Amino acid sequence: MGELRAYAALAGAQARSVFSYRSSFVIELVGNVGATVFDVLTVLVLFRATDRIGGFTLPEALLMAGITSAGFALADFVVGNVDRLKTYVRAGTLDAVLVRPLAALPQLLLMDLPIRKLVRVVFGFGVLAVAIGLNDPDWTPARVSLIVLAPLSCAVFMGSIFVISASLAFWWVDSGELGSAFTYGGKDFASYPITVYGPAFRGLFAYALGFAFISYQPALALLGRADPLGLPSWAGFAAPVAAFAVAAVAAGVWRTGIRHYRSTGS
Amino acid sequence: MIKTEDLRKDFAVRVKSGRFRREKRTVEAVAGVSLNIGAGEMVGYIGPNGAGKSTTLKMLTGVLSPSGGQVEVCGLRPVPQRTKLALRIGVVFGQRSQLWWDLPLGESFALLRHIYRVPAAEHRERLRRCRELLDLDGFMDTPVRQLSLGQRMRGELTAALLHGPRVLFLDEPTIGLDVVSKQAVRSFLAELGGTGDVTLVLTTHDLADIERLCERLVVIDHGRVVHDGTIEALHARYGSRRSLVADLSSPLPEGFELPGATLIGVEADRHRVTFALDGVTAGAAVADLVAAVPIRDLSVVEPDIEDVVARLYVSGAP
Repeated sequence: MGELRAYAALAGAQARSVFSYRSSFVIELVGNVGATVFDVLTVLVLFRATDRIGGFTLPEALLMAGITSAGFALADFVVGNVDRLKTYVRAGTLDAVLVRPLAALPQLLLMDLPIRKLVRVVFGFGVLAVAIGLNDPDWTPARVSLIVLAPLSCAVFMGSIFVISASLAFWWVDSGELGSAFTYGGKDFASYPITVYGPAFRGLFAYALGFAFISYQPALALLGRADPLGLPSWAGFAAPVAAFAVAAVAAGVWRTGIRHYRSTGS
Repeated sequence: MIKTEDLRKDFAVRVKSGRFRREKRTVEAVAGVSLNIGAGEMVGYIGPNGAGKSTTLKMLTGVLSPSGGQVEVCGLRPVPQRTKLALRIGVVFGQRSQLWWDLPLGESFALLRHIYRVPAAEHRERLRRCRELLDLDGFMDTPVRQLSLGQRMRGELTAALLHGPRVLFLDEPTIGLDVVSKQAVRSFLAELGGTGDVTLVLTTHDLADIERLCERLVVIDHGRVVHDGTIEALHARYGSRRSLVADLSSPLPEGFELPGATLIGVEADRHRVTFALDGVTAGAAVADLVAAVPIRDLSVVEPDIEDVVARLYVSGAP
């Protein structure tokens, strides 16, 4: 209990810090709305050129984009700022975090909680709601639980990818933007039906890295469509399993990374 | 309270050895440090830049994991039991802040109470004492980013003490401070150490900190302890002596000898002389000198610790 209050206090402090620069907060907020709207506009624009993409209609594709968008926005809000870790490692600021009686990762996340990104979360779930409305699925108890689990699993999955790619900084201080290939790249990948990609690329991102299970498969299960690529229908419910597996990897990488932390002089 | 046994930390450094080739080389930042610091001790930990002071401190506080050896602080192993240990130690890094940059100083203290889960009454009492001793009242409502370095450092000290730590680690607490702020920090630490409740370990480049605060001095160079003992022991070991400087009314006679002392300086037509005292008391030396020559003025000069330490750093080089 005491620890939870400590974390709440940290988050509150971050909020007050942000609001101490009011105008820059408003500008960032507006900028974030813009960035998120463009993500969905790209999907819509594609469908102006064709009415089917990878064998799916616009509402069906929008459902995949919606799950990804909601899950990613949530992950980006809570965990996305972990990519500032490389700055902390380079400057040695992590020292101050490590001498406090709290776990390092939650502290880092709460100390930088990007409140401006809350707008993206609202927007992402809005897209998901619209997509569900357009598709009007046949509601079974399994599908009801899936519509809750899918965006959450997607968020856990994406959040773990954020942590893994940020942890590179423990070994390789100038890891630069390499991690973004997997975080933002993964989000873009999972925003479209995976049938549009070539087999090699799809094999790597969709199945080896697991991005198929966070939006494409759950969307199929919600729509009651068979997978043109041949996976059985229960694959749609594999999202939490995939999320859990990646989260376990992320936890391991983070723990190993922090033991590798080298700090800086004096 | 603090125990280390053959503590080491190696860093792998990649060095360019050709246009595209890089060689991996291991640098020993700390190469086998064994220390035993008891409760209530005040220990100065000094050494030249890059000697391994900060690295040792980071291993003691659980920030860095050791490459080898044993380390125990407050009966805990720093890295595996980091969060538990954090409740019992306070840390001040002179060049890193524990405070919230954009919030008023007072709010940082309130936050730390939650982070360390300190009962409200204890927190209030400790804060009251710090406010009094460190004179914080004038800037409790100022955002930390607007504080002067001296004010911030007083804030950092308070922040490190609000949870009542058993051990306080200070990494260059007086770096960059003006004379007045240095004095304020030193007398606060002297008072704190005087109570005997807190074990203090401080690294510094300002030897006046050590002379003022620490009975025990640990000197480290190239990752190894080159001295561990009192300042007096250091002087004795390196043969630094007190000296007697006298202004004479008439020139010192040729061939004059002072028992137990060596003439090491003659100035102003033999009117000003300096003797190094080898084991003889200052009183006896003065008496002998006055008996031989009339004296106008005299002073006893304590050995300069800076000189001793500078010699130590140079002789420690490989």
